Amino acid sequence: MIKKEVCRVVSQQEIAESIYELTLQGDLTSEMGDPGQFVHLKVADGIDPLLRRPISISSINKEKHQFTMIYRKEGRGTSLLSDKKSGEDVDVLGPLGNGFPVGKAIEGDTALLVGGGIGVPPLYELSRQLVEKGVNVVHILGFQTKDVVFYDKEFSELGDTFVATVDGTYGYKGFVTDVISSYGIDFDILYSCGPTPMLKALEKSFPDKKVYLSLEERMGCGIGACFACVCHTGDDPNGYSYKKVCTDGPVFAAGEVVL
Amino acid sequence: MNKLQVELPGLSLKNPIMPASGCFGFGKEYSQFYDLSELGAIMIKATTVEPRFGNPTPRVAETEAGMLNAIGLQNPGLEKVMAEELPWLSQYNVPIIANVAGSKEEDYIEVAREISKAPNVHALELNISCPNVKTGGIAFGTIPDVAKSLTRKVKEVSEVPVYVKLSPNVTNIIDIAKAVEEGGADGLTMINTLLGMKLDLKTAKPILANRTGGLSGPAIKPVAIRMIHDVSQHVSIPIIGMGGIQSAEDVIEFFYAGASAVAVGTANFVDPYICPTIIKELPDLLSKLGYDHISECTGRSWGKHEKLAYYRA
Repeated sequence: MIKKEVCRVVSQQEIAESIYELTLQGDLTSEMGDPGQFVHLKVADGIDPLLRRPISISSINKEKHQFTMIYRKEGRGTSLLSDKKSGEDVDVLGPLGNGFPVGKAIEGDTALLVGGGIGVPPLYELSRQLVEKGVNVVHILGFQTKDVVFYDKEFSELGDTFVATVDGTYGYKGFVTDVISSYGIDFDILYSCGPTPMLKALEKSFPDKKVYLSLEERMGCGIGACFACVCHTGDDPNGYSYKKVCTDGPVFAAGEVVL
Repeated sequence: MNKLQVELPGLSLKNPIMPASGCFGFGKEYSQFYDLSELGAIMIKATTVEPRFGNPTPRVAETEAGMLNAIGLQNPGLEKVMAEELPWLSQYNVPIIANVAGSKEEDYIEVAREISKAPNVHALELNISCPNVKTGGIAFGTIPDVAKSLTRKVKEVSEVPVYVKLSPNVTNIIDIAKAVEEGGADGLTMINTLLGMKLDLKTAKPILANRTGGLSGPAIKPVAIRMIHDVSQHVSIPIIGMGGIQSAEDVIEFFYAGASAVAVGTANFVDPYICPTIIKELPDLLSKLGYDHISECTGRSWGKHEKLAYYRA
């Protein structure tokens, strides 16, 4: 169920250049399910900025009723969000959307988790839930440069982790797709989140595998009423069939929608 | 006493608050948050003859105290709206105002004829003001004679009263308003969105794939208030006012300008509970301001209330 709740900031810290890790406390945590859902945040009272910001959930702690997000400080909304300190409030609408299907991986499977930049955060909770059910996880995390790398240590604790930077200042030089082909990583199921060109490349590279992709799109309401975030379906790419990233997604099976 | 009950052509409203077309889908999403029967009415998403996919994304961009949208009238088409969306809504005790859109006159007429037969459709909202489609929409709403002619033809086939939704993207909105009144409109809804654009600092290009979009939200309220203040002094038919409403105070301001009911659009995205919240807050606000009934506020900015006491239920 979707709830609207004023949640309390437990902690916030900058973990890489302009990358913030924010933990909130709220009862709506108990509504969270598959990793990869998001919340729609009102970062300030009043009309500046007006709209909510959709931010992915990167980890869930149901016992403590806490959840964590990792986001990039970029525009007005995320800048205000990054100023919030422990004890302050954030108005949260969520959890929203359908996350990565953890149920599609079975014990003993190898799951490949591929993240690009600020697409990496939702993969963290996914990895934890997969490991908990006995799935082997391999992570390939791609970033622009060393200054914006985050959570490589946290992912390493869950499974083999390869980090790539576009400029080669940390880890392997190149894109995540270069890493996969160089190292011939074998897997049963692939989950990914990141820039659209990366998702397209993965969709094209593994047509015979179980692949799940998390999309993003500019949103209005976040709950499926306004039709801002639609995409064409894979089986009707030029017709009027559609899926909404906020409610049918943000996670789709490869080929389900047109990227 | 229900201080909020109002009677408009076709519409017996328990309160004058309704979600605006395009901001509420066909009700399913917001029904998760509250009982839709609490609303005065629901203005459903525009319906066209054929299903429409709408514009490429990005379709929305935030602006200062507002947002741009270029959805492009995406909707499942007349058949599906009649077969599924409207029947689903009939479980709620709330009159539906069906927004009718099209590219050609024949399209508007066909939708109006059919959709006005649905038992829970109590009025039509003739969409001659959508700025986000290449043909139809705003093209019909910028020339008085064209608007009058279309209104007349829709009135001929509709089984329920017809409200015409006016565009602010015109030189003189009073001319359009008078023309559609002459065409037989039972009421007006105004304003639709203002044509706007936002450019990306990195690419220099428009953020919206459609390049332009409609501006909504608090930023447009002064424009809506001015236009309603002007139009209401030149027509005798009631006005459902909209444009940036976010609070009970805003509602009263729209009534003072000349509205007899109001619609809330963009504010739903910010607070899904905004409509029932405003409905709950209005009676106390009316008491505080010294009014026994909300209809006393209509047109107070220029003296209309003395003439329009009959809108009070």
